[in-house]
Amino acid sequence: MTDTLDAVFRREAGRCTATLIRVLGDIDLAEDAVADAFAIAAERWPKRGIPPNPGAWITTTARNRAIDRLRRESTRLDRYVAAQQMHSQDTDPDDTAEREALDRFVDVVPDDQLRLMFLCCHPALAADSQVALTLRLLGGLQTNEIASAFLLPEATIAQRIVRAKRKLRDNHASYRIPDGAELPDRLHAVLTSIYLIYTEGHTDTAGGALTRVELSTEAIRIGRVLAKLMPDEPEAMGLLALMLLSEARRPSRIDAHGSMVRLADQDRSRWNPNLIAEGHGLVRACLRRNQPAPFQIQAAIAAVHTDAPTAAETDWSQIVALYDQLYAIQPNPVIALNRAVAVGALDGPSAGLDALANVELNDYQPYHAARADLLTRAKRIDEAIAAYDCAIELTSNPAGREFLSRQRQRATTNPPRS
Amino acid sequence: MPQYLLSVWHDAEYVVDFSTPEAQDRVAQVGAFNDELQRTGAWVFAAGLHPASSATVVRSSGNRVSMTDGPYAETKEQMGGFWIIEAADLDAALDLAARAAAASGGPIEVRPLQG
Repeated sequence: MTDTLDAVFRREAGRCTATLIRVLGDIDLAEDAVADAFAIAAERWPKRGIPPNPGAWITTTARNRAIDRLRRESTRLDRYVAAQQMHSQDTDPDDTAEREALDRFVDVVPDDQLRLMFLCCHPALAADSQVALTLRLLGGLQTNEIASAFLLPEATIAQRIVRAKRKLRDNHASYRIPDGAELPDRLHAVLTSIYLIYTEGHTDTAGGALTRVELSTEAIRIGRVLAKLMPDEPEAMGLLALMLLSEARRPSRIDAHGSMVRLADQDRSRWNPNLIAEGHGLVRACLRRNQPAPFQIQAAIAAVHTDAPTAAETDWSQIVALYDQLYAIQPNPVIALNRAVAVGALDGPSAGLDALANVELNDYQPYHAARADLLTRAKRIDEAIAAYDCAIELTSNPAGREFLSRQRQRATTNPPRS
Repeated sequence: MPQYLLSVWHDAEYVVDFSTPEAQDRVAQVGAFNDELQRTGAWVFAAGLHPASSATVVRSSGNRVSMTDGPYAETKEQMGGFWIIEAADLDAALDLAARAAAASGGPIEVRPLQG
C-alpha cells in the first residue's frame, strides 16, 4: 500500500503542483496543499482503496485544502474574496457524480506542467537554481533528497529554492508558455536543465551511487513529459532520445569491481535493447523532421554507437560527419575534443592528435584523458604519462581515478596497441 | 501593473564626450527608446546621472549627521542612469531591458519595485 502511494506521488506530485500553482497563483501555497493532500491520501486510501483517478483526487483534495487554509489564515479582504470565488467551484473528489467535471478539470493539467517547466527554467534564474526548482516542483523531490543527490548541504539547496521562488514572485513572473520568437531560447533553457539533471545522475561525480536519488530516471521522466507535450519540437524528442541511448548503456559502464569501463570495452550484451529501440525510433523521427539541432545530433551520434554490434564495427565516418555538423552549430572546444577522438578512431591516433592541436581545454579532465589515450596509441609514451597525470589530478570520483591509473600503468608496461 | 527599475551600468571612470558622433548616436537611440516607452504607456520616469564622483553619502545616527565624498558602493561599476517602467510581467520587463541595453550600449539591471 505504501509503495503504491509512493508510486502515485512520483507520478502525480509534479502534475498536481503545476495545476495548483495556476489555480492558487502561489507556489508555496500549492506545495503545501499538495503535501496536505498526500497526507490525507496516506490516511484514507488504505481504508477505502485507491480512487480510480488518483491524480484528480489529489488535485481536487489539494485545492480544497488550499481554500480552507486561505480562509483560516486570511486577514486580507481580497484573499478572502478570492477564496470565496474558488469555493463556488468546490467538488468532492469521492463523489462519483462529479467525476466528469473532475476529468475536465484535470484535462488542462498537461499545459500546466509545461508552464511549470518554463517557470522553473526561467533564464532570470541561475542554472543551479533552475535545476533545484525543477526537481523540487516537477519531480516532487524533498529538499534533503535533492541535496543528497548533488552532494551538497541541505541548507544550500533550501536557500537556492527559497531564493528562486522569491525572485519569481517579487518579479511578477507569469505562469505562461512562451510563444513566437522567445520560444526557442526558453525551450533551450528547459532542455539544458533537464539534461544537466540527467548527466549529474549519470556521471556520479563523487561516488556513493547507492545513496543518491535516481536523478537520471527523474530527468528521463520529465523529458518524456516534455516530448509528449511539445510534439512539434524535435529538440525535445532529441533530448529524450539522447538520454535513453545513454541510459541503455548504463549497466555496462561500471564493472563488478566498481571501475569505469570505456565504451570500446563495454559488454554490449548488457545494453538495454528496449531503451535502444525506443531511442533509435526517436532519432529516426527526428531525421524525418529535418531540423537538425544540438540534442538531435548528439542523439544521432549515440544511435550510431548503439547500432554497432561490436566496437570495431562502429561507423566512425558517420560519427565524424555528425560532429562536423554539431561543431558548425556550436563551435565550442568540448565538441572539437569529441570530434578529435572520433577522428582518432577513424584515421588513427596521429590524425586525432592533429585535430586536437587547436583545442584549449587545460582544466577539463576528458581533454587530458583523451589526449593521453591518443598519445599512448601514437607511441609517444612520455607525453602520454604526463597527460594521464593531468587527467588523474582533475578526477574526483574513485572509479574514474582507478580507471585512469590502470590506463597509465598499461601505457608504461605494455607495448601500446596501434 | 508591476513597475521595474531598469538601471544602466558602466565603469566609474567612463566619461561621455557628447561631441563625438558615437555619443550623439547613443543619445538619439535612447531618445527614440524613451519616445516609444511614452507612446506605449510603459514610461514612468527616466534620467541620466552625473558621474559617480559627483555623489555625496549622508548618514544619520541619533541626532548626528555625517557625510562622505563619493558614491556609497566602492566598486568599479557605477549606475549611469535609470528608467522606471511599467510592464505586464517579468518577461515584458526583460524585453524592454533588452532594448534599453541595445539603445544605451550598457548592461541593464532589472529590479522589481515593491508594492
